[in-house]
Amino acid sequence: MSAPMVESPRAWRVNYLNVSYGIRSWLFTTDHKRIALLYLVSVTLFFFLGGFFAVLIRLELMTPPGDLVQSETYNRLFTMHGVIMIFFFLIPAIPAVLGNFLVPLMIGARDLAFPRLNLLSWYIYTLGGAFTLAAAIFGGVDTGWTFYTPYSSTYSNSNVMLTAVGIFITGFSSILTGLNFLVTIHKMRAPGMTWFRLPLFIWAHYATSIIMILGTPVVAIAILLVGLERLFHIGIFDPKLGGDPLLFQHLFWFYSHPAVYIMILPAMGVINELITCFSRRRIFGYSFIAFSSIAIATLGFLVWGHHMFTSGQSVYAGMVFSALTMLVAIPSAVKVFNWTATLYKGSVSYQAPMLYALGFIGLFTIGGLTGIFLATLAVDVHVHDTYFVVAHFHYIMVGGTIMAYLGGLHYWWPKMTGKIYPEGWARFAALVIFVGFNLTFFPQFVLGYLGMPRRYHVYPDEFQVLNVMSSAGASILGVGYLIPMIYFIWSLRYGPMAPENPWGAKGLEWLVPSPPPPHNFDVTPVVTGEPYDYSPESEREHAR
Amino acid sequence: MAHSPIVPQRVYWLVFTTLLLLTLVTVDVAFYDLGWLNIYLALALATTKALLVVLYFMHLKYSARLIWGFVGAALFWFLLLVGLTGADIFTRDWVPEPPGWTSGENVP
Repeated sequence: MSAPMVESPRAWRVNYLNVSYGIRSWLFTTDHKRIALLYLVSVTLFFFLGGFFAVLIRLELMTPPGDLVQSETYNRLFTMHGVIMIFFFLIPAIPAVLGNFLVPLMIGARDLAFPRLNLLSWYIYTLGGAFTLAAAIFGGVDTGWTFYTPYSSTYSNSNVMLTAVGIFITGFSSILTGLNFLVTIHKMRAPGMTWFRLPLFIWAHYATSIIMILGTPVVAIAILLVGLERLFHIGIFDPKLGGDPLLFQHLFWFYSHPAVYIMILPAMGVINELITCFSRRRIFGYSFIAFSSIAIATLGFLVWGHHMFTSGQSVYAGMVFSALTMLVAIPSAVKVFNWTATLYKGSVSYQAPMLYALGFIGLFTIGGLTGIFLATLAVDVHVHDTYFVVAHFHYIMVGGTIMAYLGGLHYWWPKMTGKIYPEGWARFAALVIFVGFNLTFFPQFVLGYLGMPRRYHVYPDEFQVLNVMSSAGASILGVGYLIPMIYFIWSLRYGPMAPENPWGAKGLEWLVPSPPPPHNFDVTPVVTGEPYDYSPESEREHAR
Repeated sequence: MAHSPIVPQRVYWLVFTTLLLLTLVTVDVAFYDLGWLNIYLALALATTKALLVVLYFMHLKYSARLIWGFVGAALFWFLLLVGLTGADIFTRDWVPEPPGWTSGENVP
């Protein structure tokens, strides 16, 4: 398979984009596909805002002295970068954009179970974002995205409460989206769509929804308690008031570690679809991959203490958390091995989505393996709070989640918009992003190992070369991210029209026209076979 | 899809009255020092009230097993939070202070 198939001009037909016009038709829509596009625009804006703060951070770190911004400002820059990227881009990106668009289509439903709740989720997200933007405009917050107490609850004089309220509100958007997905997957599957015929993208979103529902309320409570201590001086976390600062870290990481899996599980779901389609192979070990998603969601809740090895947490608890953390490596490795086995003897083609998928596997593996370093108690003492940690989680969150998000966006772009993007530019951008990413973050592993702490804007001269490499990589990465935005927008106007199945892929979403009609399916589909049926017979059928 | 049975109005009034009474008891016992019993009594009262709300006002009593499963999962997750946090808090003192170290009270 080379370039995606392009459809010749065809008769006008009603789809979810042209069924109604005007701003009201978008702001009051309950169509999951339109809501997905509302999220797409919102998370993209937040991505570039978070990226703007990253640019300032990397510019400051070009030289050893603190010559661009003062330390106070620097604290606010990295905090706003973290808060915006994590809570307003990485957590909602794949579930709220791709999940919203695809979950009903993939299971043969006409919409999510609660369409109005879905729209409300977007409004709640937007309201939370408005609070956080206001905090940024009024000077930002300087606690780090982790809001550690007692600094956040007692001493910081930045906009802690405004930002905390923004995150608190946005959390409800996440909970409602998770609830909507769970009910939809349980109750609205098409006839014949049994649990083991579900696309693995759906299994991944099911596991993600469990985390969203069970974890998010805990961080909301933690934020509320910070507010009570900050505003009313009720002693919960501040030792001076009789509180325990580590209690905040327990509550915070109980959600915020699994939040990493909210980011990476849907990404893994995307990768399943890309790997099978572009290697024209059945997924290797379907049920193992499905259950590994559930295992990651469950085990992910048992490991939070590995963020607290050097905090004064009990050594015995540290040992337990260290051992439990090692366990998460097993279901993660199951996925990587199964993707690799799927590629084996497949008819692999290297379209842009596949380049992102292959990039994901490599970068996620590096991120995951360095996580094992950090889960080891003694090694963590050496590299804790250094750039090694920064590099590790960027390999997971940026190398993993964003690569998968972009891969998914390219793969389903023809379905979402009815337009084909320029494949050559897309492959070029994928390579630029891969090179830029590694040049940015690999030197940070070395910097961290050599002892450069995170969250400082001044550093010794001997670290400059690696920091300049990292900043140069960041500029390449930034260009890499801009290219897709340009050609995606270009394709909306000038791109060739897409047929219903440009990749020859399997799955119910490819049976409907591109873009899909308002209610997805004119006739409820009946599922009679397994997903990922890329058998030779099926391929011959498709070729005809 | 199964529907919940119609619950007589007096059940809701009964639960509501019980909740009000338990709230009064909660406020009242806060004025007595019952020693070690304080925390357990407060938690028992809070748990009873929460159970009444979940079972009757949130209709869990009349819901399908799937819903019970999700509530059970939430309880299990809560126990994980408390259990593993407790694993830290209750074992912090197990490691003896190294010789020559001073405890927190002596630090100016």
